[in-house]
Amino acid sequence: MTTLTVPIDNGDSVKIAEEESQRTLYPYVTGTSIVAIKYKDGVLMASDMGGSYGSTLRYKNIERVKAIGKHSLLGASGEISDFQEILRYLDELTLNDNMWDDGNSLGPKEIHNYLTRVMYNRRNKFNPLWNTLVLGGVKNGKSYLGMVSMIGVSFEDDHVATGFGNHLARPILRDEWHADLSFEDGVKLLEKCMRVLLYRDRSAINKLQIAKITEEGVTVSQPYSLKTFWEFSSFHNPTAGAEGSW
Amino acid sequence: MDLNLDAPHSMGTTIIGVTYNGGVVLGADSRTSTGMYVANRASDKITQLTDNVYVCRSGSAADSQVVSDYVRYFLHQHTIQLGQPATVKVSANLIRMLAYNNKQNMLQTGLIVGGWDKYEGGKIYGIPLGGTVVEQPFAIGGSGSSYLYGFFDQAWKENMTKEEAEQLVVKAVSLAIARDGASGGVVRTVIINSEGVTRNFYPGDKLQLWHEELEPQNSLLDILNAAGPEPMAM
Repeated sequence: MTTLTVPIDNGDSVKIAEEESQRTLYPYVTGTSIVAIKYKDGVLMASDMGGSYGSTLRYKNIERVKAIGKHSLLGASGEISDFQEILRYLDELTLNDNMWDDGNSLGPKEIHNYLTRVMYNRRNKFNPLWNTLVLGGVKNGKSYLGMVSMIGVSFEDDHVATGFGNHLARPILRDEWHADLSFEDGVKLLEKCMRVLLYRDRSAINKLQIAKITEEGVTVSQPYSLKTFWEFSSFHNPTAGAEGSW
Repeated sequence: MDLNLDAPHSMGTTIIGVTYNGGVVLGADSRTSTGMYVANRASDKITQLTDNVYVCRSGSAADSQVVSDYVRYFLHQHTIQLGQPATVKVSANLIRMLAYNNKQNMLQTGLIVGGWDKYEGGKIYGIPLGGTVVEQPFAIGGSGSSYLYGFFDQAWKENMTKEEAEQLVVKAVSLAIARDGASGGVVRTVIINSEGVTRNFYPGDKLQLWHEELEPQNSLLDILNAAGPEPMAM
C-alpha cells in the first residue's frame, strides 16, 4: 500500500492519498564499492567519495564511511538517500542507548544485528533500502567486520567488499590478506584494491578516504587521490599492428 | 551490473545555486514545457520559502510546487515557534523529508535550496531525485545542467564577489539555454545575503551571444537596406 503522507501540527502524519502496493524502486544517486579488512589493531575501510547519478559522476564529495558511536564504522554503497536515512536510524539507536547512562555502549556486533533486521524486514515488504552496508568495529579488544546486503544477506569475514569490489578486490584480498597486518601494509593493500577499481570501475572517482577503527576510536583520513600507471609500452601504440582494432 | 538505473529523463529546466563571499546567488531559466509545447515562457522557478531562504525548482512543475508549498507552510509555523528566522539547513531538511518519504509515489522533482542565516552564512543544498541532501559550494540541476558540468569544473572559484558570482550564474544559465531545448526564456537570479534579497531579470537580448548565434534584428529589410555598398563616384 503506497500512501502520500504529510506531517501535521501535532507531530502525527496524515494520509492524504493512497495507492496499490508498489514493486521495488530503483536507485538515483549511488555510491560504488567499499573495501574493508581486519588488521592488527582493528579494521580499515576504504571508499571513494563519488555519488553517481546514472552514468554521470555528479557528486564528488560524498562521505560514504561514517563513525557510529564509539566502537563502529559504517560504510555504504548504493542509494545515498537511503544511507542518510540509515544514519538517522542509527543516530536514534545510539542516542537512546546513551540515555540509559549505564556505562554500556552498543558494539559493532549489536549494530550489525540491528542493521540486518532493518534490511531484511524492508526486503520482506518489497521496499528495500537500496544499499550494501559494511560494518566494522573494535570492542574490548576484539575486531569485528561484517556486511549486510539490500536483501538482508548478512555475514562476517576477515575482509569484505561491495559492488565491483566483490569481483575486483576480493581476489586480491584472498591472495594477499593475512592476519595481523600492520597499519602500513593494510593501507597499501587497500590502496592496491582501490587502484584496480579506479582503472576498471566506471563509477569510481579518484578521490578516496581510508577510515581506521581501533580500541582507541575512529579516524577518517582526509580525502586524497592515488597515482595511476599508464606507461606500459603496449599502451603507447596498441593498434600499430592492426589499424582499426582496439 | 543488473541495477535498473532509470536515470531520470528530461527535466525541462536549468537551475543553479552558487555561494559567494557573503551569501548565495540562485539562478534559473524560465521555460515550462508540456511535451514539445512551451506552456509558460516566463515562469519563475525560484520560489520563496522564508525571508531568507529560497528554492530553485526543477522536474515536474506540479510536484515541485506542492513540495515548496508544504515546506513554506511548515517553515512559517517553525519560525513562529522558534521566534527567529529559520536556518537554511532546516529548510533543506524539510524538503528532504518530503522528497525522501514520497520516493515511491514517483515524486519527480530536483531542488536546490539556498539562503542566508546568521549561524552559517550563505549555504546551498542540492536535493536530487531520491531525497539525498548534499551541501555544496555550488549546485546545478535540471536537464540543462548536463551541459554545465564541464563549464563549472573550469569556471568555479572559491570566495567570489557578489558581482562575479551573479555573472557566473547568468553566463551558465545562458549557455545551458543555448543547448538545452527544455530550457529557455529569460534568466532570473535571486541574491540572498545578510542585507536581504535582490531579484534580477535578464531577458534574452541582454545576454552575450554564443557560437552560431546571431545579433537579433527587427527585419531582413534592415539588413538589406544597410548593406549595399555605394558604387564609387568618379
